[in-house]
Amino acid sequence: NLAAAGPEKFTLEYIQKQVEEYEIGKRHLANMMGEDSENFTQEDIDLFDFIYLFFLLKQICFYFQHPDEIFPKQRAVQWGADGRPFHFLFYTGKQSYYSLMHDLYGKILKIEKHQDRLRAKGLFSQDAQLISLGPSRWLTKEELELLLVETISTHDYDRFIKLMERMLAMPYSSTEEEFVQRYRRQLEAQSMKQMMPPLEKDENGVAFSTAEGRRKTSDSSVILRDCGSGHITINGQDYLQYFPVLQDREQLMFPLQFMGVLGRFNLECTVSGGGRSSQAGALRLAISRALLSFLSEGDGEAMRQAGLLTPDPRVRERKKPGQEGARRKFTWKKR
Amino acid sequence: IDVLTFVSYLGLLGFRYSRAATVASPCGGHHYVTAPSVKPPQPQADDVTEKILNQPLEKPDFFRVAELFSLKDLFDARVHLGHKKGCRHRLMEPYLYGCRLDHDIIDLDQTMEHLQLALNFTAHIAYRGGIILFVSRRRQFGHLVETTAKDCGEYAHTRYWQGGLLTNANIQYGPGVRLPDLIIFLSTLNNVFQQHVGIRDAAKMNIPTVGVVDSNCNPSLVTYPVPGNDDTPAAVELYCRLFKMTINRAKDRRKQMELLHGLSAPTSQTSRYALK
Repeated sequence: NLAAAGPEKFTLEYIQKQVEEYEIGKRHLANMMGEDSENFTQEDIDLFDFIYLFFLLKQICFYFQHPDEIFPKQRAVQWGADGRPFHFLFYTGKQSYYSLMHDLYGKILKIEKHQDRLRAKGLFSQDAQLISLGPSRWLTKEELELLLVETISTHDYDRFIKLMERMLAMPYSSTEEEFVQRYRRQLEAQSMKQMMPPLEKDENGVAFSTAEGRRKTSDSSVILRDCGSGHITINGQDYLQYFPVLQDREQLMFPLQFMGVLGRFNLECTVSGGGRSSQAGALRLAISRALLSFLSEGDGEAMRQAGLLTPDPRVRERKKPGQEGARRKFTWKKR
Repeated sequence: IDVLTFVSYLGLLGFRYSRAATVASPCGGHHYVTAPSVKPPQPQADDVTEKILNQPLEKPDFFRVAELFSLKDLFDARVHLGHKKGCRHRLMEPYLYGCRLDHDIIDLDQTMEHLQLALNFTAHIAYRGGIILFVSRRRQFGHLVETTAKDCGEYAHTRYWQGGLLTNANIQYGPGVRLPDLIIFLSTLNNVFQQHVGIRDAAKMNIPTVGVVDSNCNPSLVTYPVPGNDDTPAAVELYCRLFKMTINRAKDRRKQMELLHGLSAPTSQTSRYALK
């Protein structure tokens, strides 16, 4: 992995040579595959199977990505032909970081001036629009380093975040929203809502819903019909026949009994894999999920709190070498 | 200290760097690393540049920097206010006018002369295209100093000074870096009230310095000390304004001279030969 190879300095000529070879390789590939070599895009390359191609291509090494994405970004030479550096903070050593801090402080001063002007006119109000950022987080130190193309210490990073927070805490900071958003990343929206299976209607007008559940190595699928008879079929057999043990039948009943809808629904289940207990557990999860579409939000929340909707993550732990089982060690002998 | 010796020294410095610059040779772009000192292809341009460079040295105040400020301006900006008697540095005693109720008063007549010399020197450096570095470790004025430097087109360093910035430059920045030709200290002390490391490093690297020395500072290593207040915002704003005006004036004058002497649109090449 070249990108993780540490701070090696690849010269500009080397990278340019790699880019040329990449282009030539791309053309070879296109010709071999009979595709149009002019419009052969990165996506077409990605579709191919790597091992098959390695032997076909005449070049010894072909990067399946553009070299700019493989080699880490580096700085070009910082000064012109007369020796004068391009950036006015070049002599500090960390020019991008310090110029960022300089700009940030400039923005804070601008906001303060704006506040003073409003105060002079008498229009200043303390609780005026603070920036609404939405579900987002600050850039991590690594992402900031990538953005600035230079290394910063944790101390520098903390100071940057503190200064940003200070700016956000000021009233009338919404003018700099666009600047702040550049340094925030959106969090994936974690919906608190449960994934409900949809409620369908079959030919006779009976409402039903389908759900699946898993436990250990068992997979189950349940169709819950709103008939009113309380009839249960598993893999074609009656549930009394399939689960002779009371404990397994209790597991099936628990979601319905918890909600108090024991006699209302018809269950048509299929289950495979695992043993008797894990099949019962898989079925219980599937039934609870299917039941969500028939119940209200409050009942659904009650089920979630009871733990009926949480898939059990426990699986069989592997046996390790040098031990009898997953945890059991061999008998220790003193001599 | 007369300007001529320093300017000729700068000439030597510039000569060192011209070898690294790409040369527009008549045979079309090839330049040989082993070639000895490069003869410029246009002897006429050389004469003109010599004339441009020597003309300011004929008059004592070619850039008329004395017009930029008056004693009253200095007084209004509270430049004469020093620290308390207990903070006084022994070497600053010649620059003090007196002491009133334990507060040191800096002699503004001396400040006028020193400031004139310093501004004149800065103007000459800027005229010849030298790199000027503004240094100050006061957090109160860091942003102001950086903005001043940006407006002049010069450089600033108001952050933590890493040890080898000047003395270990080839390793810190990369080989072939050009060091500043002048360092201007708007406050010679760092945050712990000790002398800024940059003064000593500049002296080691033979880089001339201009520094605003307050009554608790050591003026000995600074080439052009300017005794004055470095704590009041008004005073620091005055200094920044003065330096900015001198540098811009010098650069504009340079462009004027080049146009006047009929040099074809000053490309980056010709202005670099200026340092030779």
